[in-house]
Amino acid sequence: MIAIQNYLVISALLFSIGLAVTVTKRNAILILMGIELMLNAVNLNMVAFSQYDPNRLQGQMFALFIMVIAAAEVTVALAIILKIYDYFKNLDLDKINSLKKY
Amino acid sequence: MMQLAFFVFAAITVAGAFYLLFTKNVLYAAFSLLLTLLGISGLFVFAGADFLAVSQIMIYVGGILILLIFGIMLTNNKNFQRTNLQPNKIEVEHHNRFWAVLVAVIVFFVFLKIIFNANFHIIGKKIHNGSSIQQIGINLMTDYIFAFEVIGIFLLAALIGAVYIAKKEKV
Repeated sequence: MIAIQNYLVISALLFSIGLAVTVTKRNAILILMGIELMLNAVNLNMVAFSQYDPNRLQGQMFALFIMVIAAAEVTVALAIILKIYDYFKNLDLDKINSLKKY
Repeated sequence: MMQLAFFVFAAITVAGAFYLLFTKNVLYAAFSLLLTLLGISGLFVFAGADFLAVSQIMIYVGGILILLIFGIMLTNNKNFQRTNLQPNKIEVEHHNRFWAVLVAVIVFFVFLKIIFNANFHIIGKKIHNGSSIQQIGINLMTDYIFAFEVIGIFLLAALIGAVYIAKKEKV
């Protein structure tokens, strides 16, 4: 059996990398990927703790709902990104800095 | 043996994440994210969450990652004229690299300190291994029935909203 600290350390590492990706990259889609990485790290934590709770599985239920929320979030975010690309022809978040320009 | 397999999956996960951090090519980043998600689903299996491992593959790899790759393909920069001889390169710049990595490293060490100082009273507990599907089904239909219904409506709203936002405007 695997000690719980292993899961927690991997999850902390994934969360930190996701944070770095989110802050470092300039492309909006890569920032979404960083957010996905962070959500996955949290899910891993939930599932790791849930194995000590086999009768109620609260952690796994929570992780399931987090997955659904992540899917919905990505669909809406990609729709917005496509509209932004239509308008600015660019996805560099440093250059997208005007609200309404007609 | 189980330890070895666990660390192989952990190495796959972490290596994919690091490649995602350091690569400049957006498509390679998407494929390294694929590696990470598959590794995480392997880790879910080790944590006794078989149903979640399968849904991780179906939702993330089959849904979210495909959507992200669609997004990358659709937002390709048009002024970069590509011939067939060149590889498909969509590159992205980094900024604030030093400070971002510094903050991430600090956050990681704070997490490590918390993890190793925490006194988990569950550490020695015996783990019951077995399929979790039946329990998840029972939970979804009893304790979590309200959250289940709400999340169904939420998904419908997100779907309609995404279609509405992405539709072409009539000029």
